[in-house]
Amino acid sequence: MLKVADMLVGEKGIITELCLENIPLNLLEMGCLPGNELELVQLAPLSDPLYLRIDNTFLAIRKETAAFIQITKI
Amino acid sequence: MLKSKTIKISLVGNPNTGKTSLFNVLTGLNQKVGNYPGITVDKKQGQCKLSNTVSGIVTDLPGTYSINPTSIDESIVLDTLLNNQNEDYPDVVVVVADIENLKRNLLLFTQIKDLEIPTILAINMADQMKSKGISFDKETLERELKTKIILVSARKNTGIEELKEAIISYNSSDLSPVASIAYRMDHEFFEDVKLKFKDKHSLYKSWLLITQHQSATFITDEEHKIIHEFRSDIKKIEKLQHKETVLRYSVINEILKKGYRVNRSEGTDIRAYLDKILTHKIFGYFLFTFILLAIFQSVFNLASYPMDFIDTSFAEMSSYLSSKLPSGPFSDLLSEGVIPGIGGIVIFIPQIAILFFFIAILEETGYMSRVVFLMDKVMRRFGLNGKSVIPLISGTACAVPAIMATRNINNWKERLITILVTPFTTCSARLPVYVIIIAVVIPNKMLYGVFNLQGLIMMSLYLIGFISAIIAAYVLSKFIKTNEQSFFVIEMPNYKFPSFKNVFITVIERTKAFVFGAGKIILSISIVLWFLASNGPESYKNAESLVKLQQIDELNDEEFEQQLASYKLQHSYIGILGKTIEPAIAPLGYDWKMGIAIISSFAAREVFVSTLATIYSVESDEQMTTIKERLIAEVNPTTQKRRFDLPTGMSLLIFYAFALQCAGTVAIVKRETKSWKWPLIQFVGMGIIAYITAFITYNIF
Repeated sequence: MLKVADMLVGEKGIITELCLENIPLNLLEMGCLPGNELELVQLAPLSDPLYLRIDNTFLAIRKETAAFIQITKI
Repeated sequence: MLKSKTIKISLVGNPNTGKTSLFNVLTGLNQKVGNYPGITVDKKQGQCKLSNTVSGIVTDLPGTYSINPTSIDESIVLDTLLNNQNEDYPDVVVVVADIENLKRNLLLFTQIKDLEIPTILAINMADQMKSKGISFDKETLERELKTKIILVSARKNTGIEELKEAIISYNSSDLSPVASIAYRMDHEFFEDVKLKFKDKHSLYKSWLLITQHQSATFITDEEHKIIHEFRSDIKKIEKLQHKETVLRYSVINEILKKGYRVNRSEGTDIRAYLDKILTHKIFGYFLFTFILLAIFQSVFNLASYPMDFIDTSFAEMSSYLSSKLPSGPFSDLLSEGVIPGIGGIVIFIPQIAILFFFIAILEETGYMSRVVFLMDKVMRRFGLNGKSVIPLISGTACAVPAIMATRNINNWKERLITILVTPFTTCSARLPVYVIIIAVVIPNKMLYGVFNLQGLIMMSLYLIGFISAIIAAYVLSKFIKTNEQSFFVIEMPNYKFPSFKNVFITVIERTKAFVFGAGKIILSISIVLWFLASNGPESYKNAESLVKLQQIDELNDEEFEQQLASYKLQHSYIGILGKTIEPAIAPLGYDWKMGIAIISSFAAREVFVSTLATIYSVESDEQMTTIKERLIAEVNPTTQKRRFDLPTGMSLLIFYAFALQCAGTVAIVKRETKSWKWPLIQFVGMGIIAYITAFITYNIF
């Protein structure tokens, strides 16, 4: 189990758990759901925000949100 | 059968699916951009010929990932599709998806399908299916999704006829929902919903009314009560919303398994390559700075030619008309009020259009999202958001569209601060003021042989604009409190070569909005000003005899005319107004004539220049000299020195850098923040800053 906020660039994983109260609905709607593949594509300077690929969707979120998403590495 | 028929069509889809491209293909230039009543969301509608006997009215609804809105723009989708009293309530909805992101796009599709209205699924960018390694079983998916699927390519113009045919036969659509998941979410809860709403709406619609009550404008009082009851346990509602999304995706996954497969080919990805450079920790910022500088440079250089041309053409038109028309108030109104007024609007078109052109290209290519990504952390330090970059850049053209561009900032505090500080950036309306004053008070010489002094001052004013916006944001972030959690989600779309048709249409639309929005104000103020300057109380009407009485020495005709004109101006309504405020502005180094110009430019800054032009052309009959020459020649009667000297000039520049003299901005801030509180705070605050800094500047120089 690894928090997305602690991933290294290029690492991939499967989303296992989300802390729903701290995650905006529209992030879920864009595909950030348990079971989907997640890759950390790029980090902005100071490691925030994070540029992610979730399945086929590329998006950026802040580190504070990324702390509430957990993955298992693949 | 009716002989001719009109079908109402709504285009709905995720951002970056090419929805607007499809809209442009369907309607061509037959578009109208209006406003939704009460809010300033652009409402894009267009006519479309579907067949010889059937025509369509297409509404391009704002792009959204889900029917649950996160911004005002997105709430339009909900309101249009739920409210069957809405004049745009569609006969048929076309959901636009893109072949590569079908899974995510289908979330919105299943939501709309569950509303039980005729729905067609148009899958765009179908031409890229092969190159992206996508296999697609249309028949199976049509059966599973209970809809007609049309494969289109808006860019290559394929599949459009087929789409039109499908729209014409919308009546044969299957209306049953595709993911009737309500009971799977919580059986008991939805039994209750069904009971309380007495089957008035479809179950999914009732659910949306409960979750999105604030966006739905058409709910009856009785329904409000029911909704309120359900919302008493808000935690449960939120949980169900999350559950809904999870369930929808599981339904979509099941369906896609049967007829959609992607073999992601490695190596063809241009995105990874470009992102390495464009979002690089160091190069990324260099490149962004370079692109910004290049844009500003070309805006100035390219725009200067048409602007010169417009300037001289309007001046010539004025003098031509006043020489040809029989003299009288009508001719004066035209040549001194209306034409310079229109000229004052038209002159901005080149700059604004060119800046909008570049911004549209940055947006179309997908680069803008990378800028947001790079800037978010930096901007957040100052209480702003990565997405604030776009308003701050567009603010250099005009604050009005810039403030409208803050809508996609989901966090209210960050959005509000962006709205409040955007008017600090140097908009194009300040430019003519800067240009004329710099030309009058700053010598045109080189500094150290490289820097042009005038250019340097101009650049400093731009910097002052940006820096004060950032400082103001920082200060405001300490005062505005919120307990709202700050969420930030932005899609990073694929890089695309910009479609010039889309860019062209965007530029035309935004420029038109500026010209007609700001234009009305500028034109009407010009006319009012002209009236106030050429009318007055008793002393004005009897000017001729009064001036004659005052004279001791014999004057020749020419001198007499000048004396008379000057006397008339002082005793016109506007002269009286200027004189009244003179004591207040004297500490800043201004006289009553500048006072007139400042008062009149409180509705729109650029009026300053045309007012000075009006004041001086009312005063002197010589049409030959330019405004610049007249300002230089103006003498302070008490000191016998130049009226526009360095201290006064610098003080004016600083005053215009800070004061919020723009009726358009005040109006848009009021609409966007839904109260008079914020525009008032902004107006007064910026006014105080302007007064104090101008006072200090006047005393330094």
